[in-house]
Amino acid sequence: MGGVLLIVMRMTTSDEALARAAAGGDSQAFSALIARHYDRVFRLAFRLTGIRAEAEDLCQDICAALPAKIAAFRGDARFTTWLYRVVVNAAHDRRRRAATRAKAADGWGEVEIARQAEAAEASAALDWLTTAMRGLPEDLRDTAALVLDDVTHADAAAILGVSEGTISWRMSEVKKHLRALKEAEDG
Amino acid sequence: MADEFDDLKAAFDAATPESDPLKKRDNIALAEENFARLQGSRARTRQTVQKGRMSRLLDGVRVMLNSMTTRGGLVATTALVAVGAFLVTPDGRNLLTPPSPETVLIDELAPEIGARRQAEALNDQDEALGQSGALAEVLEGRGDDALATAQDDNVAVLAEPVMEEAPMMEAEIAAESLAPQSLTVARSRAEADFAARTIAPMAKSMPAPSDVIVIAPESNTEDFANAPDNPLKVTTEEPVSTFSIDVDTAAYAVVRSSLMAGHLPPRDAVRVEEMVNYFPYAYPTPEGDHPFEPTITVMPSPWNAGTELVHVGIQGTLPTIEDRPPLNLVFLIDTSGSMQDANKLPLLKQSFRLMLSELRPEDEVSIVTYAGSAGQVLEPTRAAERSTILGALDRLEAGGSTAGQAGLQQAYGVAEGMAADGEVTRVILATDGDFNVGLSDPDALKGFIADKRDSGTYLSVLGFGRGNLDDATMQALAQNGNGTAAYIDTLSEARKVLVDQLTGALFPIANDVKIQIEFNPAQIAEYRLIGYETRALNREDFANDTVDAGDIGAGHTVTAIYEVTPVGSDAIRNGPLRYAEAEQAAPVSDELGYFKLRYKEPGQSTSILIEEPILPDQAAASEDVRFSVAMSGFGQLLRGGAYLGGWDWDDAIALANGAKGADPYGYRAEAVTLMRLAETLSRN
Repeated sequence: MGGVLLIVMRMTTSDEALARAAAGGDSQAFSALIARHYDRVFRLAFRLTGIRAEAEDLCQDICAALPAKIAAFRGDARFTTWLYRVVVNAAHDRRRRAATRAKAADGWGEVEIARQAEAAEASAALDWLTTAMRGLPEDLRDTAALVLDDVTHADAAAILGVSEGTISWRMSEVKKHLRALKEAEDG
Repeated sequence: MADEFDDLKAAFDAATPESDPLKKRDNIALAEENFARLQGSRARTRQTVQKGRMSRLLDGVRVMLNSMTTRGGLVATTALVAVGAFLVTPDGRNLLTPPSPETVLIDELAPEIGARRQAEALNDQDEALGQSGALAEVLEGRGDDALATAQDDNVAVLAEPVMEEAPMMEAEIAAESLAPQSLTVARSRAEADFAARTIAPMAKSMPAPSDVIVIAPESNTEDFANAPDNPLKVTTEEPVSTFSIDVDTAAYAVVRSSLMAGHLPPRDAVRVEEMVNYFPYAYPTPEGDHPFEPTITVMPSPWNAGTELVHVGIQGTLPTIEDRPPLNLVFLIDTSGSMQDANKLPLLKQSFRLMLSELRPEDEVSIVTYAGSAGQVLEPTRAAERSTILGALDRLEAGGSTAGQAGLQQAYGVAEGMAADGEVTRVILATDGDFNVGLSDPDALKGFIADKRDSGTYLSVLGFGRGNLDDATMQALAQNGNGTAAYIDTLSEARKVLVDQLTGALFPIANDVKIQIEFNPAQIAEYRLIGYETRALNREDFANDTVDAGDIGAGHTVTAIYEVTPVGSDAIRNGPLRYAEAEQAAPVSDELGYFKLRYKEPGQSTSILIEEPILPDQAAASEDVRFSVAMSGFGQLLRGGAYLGGWDWDDAIALANGAKGADPYGYRAEAVTLMRLAETLSRN
């Protein structure tokens, strides 16, 4: 029976099929999956943390833990939704650890500002970006990071484990923040 | 509208760097290596068991876990998972002596599996259809064969006692598959870890049980209301202590749910007074004019040789059920997508079904939903029309995309329409933490609720599920609405809150109950109030009738405990001051202090005062008093036990065990089990 299942999986190459195969111990399927999604993970990691080095470290955390986690992939959600939840949770874990180290260095902190000074070209936009993201409370920032990554409100709701209404409300709050920021700049 | 956001998106797209190719290569290599290592350990584990016929059985387990849908199959599956767990146990033979960690683990997991299976049943149906033939073979042919004929194998012998667990699991699953109710959970993190290690390597051959390990909620956005421990006060500097009573119980249920999930609760989740007040106590019942009776007990402190406890127990009167006014209840129910978990909306429905049987025919019920779907789903309906109410309840579904913003206003609107003279009207908000009820500004929300409270409509809050629970907001809303905040994690908790204690929860007998104690500096050198950190009031608030405070419902009991250090005791922590004026030799009274309590009759705006002196050796410490002290110690231990000296879990367990009394609902026995669990968890 197991053989039949595996053959069926091989024939399709959807994320979900690969993930199920990986959950069943297929290392090729796992490799294919991670190669396919690594950049996506990194992009979201960057949007959540705002610091490239942090994002790389976060990716490392995720890569280290993913083999154990994939075994729990149940296939009742889309793989990307599931993966994004893993990334968001890993980011939260990191933040918690950072907070307990008493540094409480908010991701969008001084390190990022210092780094921006060097990145002359994108500097203006990035500076505004940093200001904008730093001004947001954590939950709004996470929500914005997902929506900026073209995640739908419904998927963001599933990833963050809140209702879609909450996402819509948070996004309107994000826009309110941005508008206030813009007004402050313009004024 | 979207301009700013587009700017942000453009900036972000520009700013997002490519991942570092070297790091990418390393990280992917790390992932592949970990994956291989995990597979390797699984393969090694499996080799030891694949020698015998059991390998075929394991294949069967895998197939079944992918496809079983019937309850009978589930029982078999669960039992076979148990077999699997035994197979990989290094010294499995020792585990024949019950209770073994595995048995305990599986016992705990059974409801979880049940819940998961329900959710998965639909997804799996397609597969199941195709495989049912082969499945039957596994069950009737190969499975039995393997069990029956592998008698020479140790593992098969082990399998038998496990199979006997099956009926119990079925019972568990039948018990609505809710959050863990059985108290025989894994007793220590060590065991939990062990169990995880045992099952995790099996994940390859049995994908389903690996789901089961994920007991803790994935996302965690919980927020708890608390403040640092009340400090030790020096009587000569600050002789007066003032606070509002608190009859909430949410903290205890949250603590229980954490411990059951195998970890100590966050310190801020522990509000000691709620741990104490969770339990019903039978303090002397009121006689005379006042709706309740304070009973003051002075006893030696169990945790500190040189100190004493001043224990204040307040028993509310319980009006006879026939006398109670008709009820108008508006349920405001969160139907956001996150509510669809088995321990949220389905539990809520069952809870309300239970509660409905407690209502009288003339009581009225209405249901308003928010977040997922919006609007009034049940017009005010007399409780006599049971089927209409149950029908509306059954039709509730979590999910959907409408943002029902005006839920709260609508619920209050409905409530006002139902209100009539002499009736009690209450909005009951049920949520898993999504307070997107229409007013996004927390202060405006509190103000709105307080306003409605003053016009006679009260609010109670029921919390469901963990992970997103916004305890702080729950507390704030319930306090402003003259209601209680309760956290419902199991059906038995629902029974406690909505059936056993319904009358108390819904019928206030006194509002704005405040306590003020003045200690006598000639007798008491230092004191501290245990718990009530979030309920502290200013000294002048006591007599100020416009300051809101907690309420007591019919039959409620409230307990407050002070630890006091008598003058001359060795336990005094604050030494005398060199330059302080010498104490005036006031006429020495042997009173330890003076107790004052203010309350308002429901609907009145002027408070009534009760007062009495606190005398040494007042009253004997009853079982109720001792049990409440044990709970207070338990709560303090969970918060770090800064003032407890060497008093530890064992002492708390001994004290609680010796004071369990009749315990008709088993609440106290459960608390002792939780103490044991906490003791083990705190050891690592």
